[in-house]
Amino acid sequence: MSGGREQILGNLRRSLGRTGEDEEARAAVAARLDSPARGTIPARARISHVEQVDLFDSMAREQAATVVHVASAAEIPAAITEYLKAGNLPPKLRMAPHPELEALPWDSQPLIEVETGAARGDDQVSVTAAFAGIAETGTLLLTSGPQGPTTLNFLPETHIVVLKASQVVGAYEDAWDRVRAAYGRDVLPRTVNFITGPSRTADIEQTIQLGAHGPRRLHIVLIEDGGADGS
Amino acid sequence: MESTAHAFEDNARKAVADPQLKRALSHVKTGFIGKRAKAAARLPEFEALCDEARAIKEHTLDHLDLYLERFEERAKAQGGQVHWCARPEDAVATVLDICRRAGAKTVTKGKTMIGEEIAINEHLEAAGITPVETDLGEYIIQLRHEPPSHIIAPAVHLTKDLVEADFRAAHTDLPPERSLSEPHELVDEARQVLRGPYLAADVGITGANFLVAETGSSIIVTNEGNGDLTQCLPKVHIVLASLEKAVPTLEDVSVILRVLARSATGQECSTYTTVSTGPKRPGDLDGPDEYHVVLLDNERSGLLGGEFREVLRCIRCGACMNHCPVYHAIGGHAYGWVYGGPIGAVLTPALIGIEEAGHLPNASTFCGRCEEVCPMRIPLPKMMRHWREKEFERGLGNRGVRLWLKCWAFLARRPALYHFITAWKIRFMSALGGRKGRFSSLPLAGGWTAHRDFPAPQGRTFQALWAERRRQGS
Repeated sequence: MSGGREQILGNLRRSLGRTGEDEEARAAVAARLDSPARGTIPARARISHVEQVDLFDSMAREQAATVVHVASAAEIPAAITEYLKAGNLPPKLRMAPHPELEALPWDSQPLIEVETGAARGDDQVSVTAAFAGIAETGTLLLTSGPQGPTTLNFLPETHIVVLKASQVVGAYEDAWDRVRAAYGRDVLPRTVNFITGPSRTADIEQTIQLGAHGPRRLHIVLIEDGGADGS
Repeated sequence: MESTAHAFEDNARKAVADPQLKRALSHVKTGFIGKRAKAAARLPEFEALCDEARAIKEHTLDHLDLYLERFEERAKAQGGQVHWCARPEDAVATVLDICRRAGAKTVTKGKTMIGEEIAINEHLEAAGITPVETDLGEYIIQLRHEPPSHIIAPAVHLTKDLVEADFRAAHTDLPPERSLSEPHELVDEARQVLRGPYLAADVGITGANFLVAETGSSIIVTNEGNGDLTQCLPKVHIVLASLEKAVPTLEDVSVILRVLARSATGQECSTYTTVSTGPKRPGDLDGPDEYHVVLLDNERSGLLGGEFREVLRCIRCGACMNHCPVYHAIGGHAYGWVYGGPIGAVLTPALIGIEEAGHLPNASTFCGRCEEVCPMRIPLPKMMRHWREKEFERGLGNRGVRLWLKCWAFLARRPALYHFITAWKIRFMSALGGRKGRFSSLPLAGGWTAHRDFPAPQGRTFQALWAERRRQGS
């Protein structure tokens, strides 16, 4: 709506009692945006990295995710085969075209069919690579891009996410630091997804049901690759 | 939506007499309150975080013009479009225009209270576009042609038997002998039915929990994943947001997120928090080609300068309604417009006028629980009192009540007369109450005694006792 912008900003300024250029207010806003201040970080997140990985694991399980630990990336295809077999799930994966996932020894699992790309309506199982894991609440952080189609996180019934222990951080703010380091200041990927457990709803009589519209199952394959990134 | 807030008294009477509603609302009391208390207790920093969240919003409101400008600048830099809409009709026209240009036939919708404020579904339908609600609760009430009765649990007024009946009536292509008695069967059926619309939709409309000035991003917080399917599958993503959703930085969002889910559903955090910035980027394999933010004012810029400013801190968690004894008794529909419960009692008169919604701020016992649990520390009872004062000043409201208030004010300004009359009234009523010590009916107080006895006053007035104590003390 033309004129809407000036009208609204004018009303806001009148309500705030601002007259013309308000250097002090502009400076306050610029300072806050230039160096974002952290609030209180919960004590539960301020622990050693080893403890953070443990906390991530237990919080994710509490939110109905399943977690399996592997010693190295090479073990992932076998671990996924095992998971699919145990859950009687179809051995057909729609995988994110992420170089680290594509480099895995999928040939070792002849029964598994792997295709890459964005999700399609009939895909049953997806595999994606996490950007970070947040210990505080057992939350995965995934970023969109050519190597990470967003639809893989929501459309299939089962979502398998590969996460490295070195990607686990304590609090949300720690994860934002890593996003800024990777993508630059002020610029986020098109989509940043925080995911904690599988989809759920309590809209019918306040009873929690899993698998509302997003994945019914969230399975995390955690690679024990040692210490924290950059530490 | 068309308001029935003026008919609140009738609405409430009907609601109280509805046994099905009473059964459904019992889940609010047993579910939300305990879960919130547990989640808050589990995080020792919870109260400190509420104070910080309040301070963040206060700072943002103090600089709202500048943060919105910055939000717009960043959103545009990432290829997004920002539409400033002063009135609901401007927002409607903007959405319809975007949908028409996209050649939209089907629009999927995530949960948006602003969508309710501007009645977007009715307008889409009138324009020949089919809106499909995808949040389970919203889907259910869309089938019933009802508005939401709760900010975060729109179908909380329904029992599962009613939902089963609605699904059987609507999904006639499914086998009639199928079982639908369990909640998970209903959830599965909605999941199955909505797959088609998700993939067919031309436009996806969501709300926003936050607009981040630092990055020009909008954020939704959900549990079902419907909002994400709504925004990542269609060609066009429209975000409906009101001005006060702005926050400065991602750090600020992190603080508020810690109190939002805990206050709302009592979860440690919601299943999905999604930060969206602009449309699909080069090389992306999915995501929308267009990203629009429709920024709605609808009275908020004016509220910012007055006594109701603090209501703009609200993050729509619903804790006030979950803890309100009046909401527990009548549910959300009785309030007659988009927002029910204590937040509705304060916000609705501000958005649609005290003439229409004057009853709502009176629907409170001032027990204070809403303010106690509000993570943004909004003084809801104080604001309801402001509205009552305004209502009185404008000569609105019940004539009997106005007369009583005038009599009382006359006496209150004359302390000697006040003491004399109350002392005699107490003696008189005490004698009349007799040995029973209570009245089962009283002239002019039938509204009270219809449902409970009125206790007869005992002994002397507080003023008399106080005067005596001071004499003895000195």
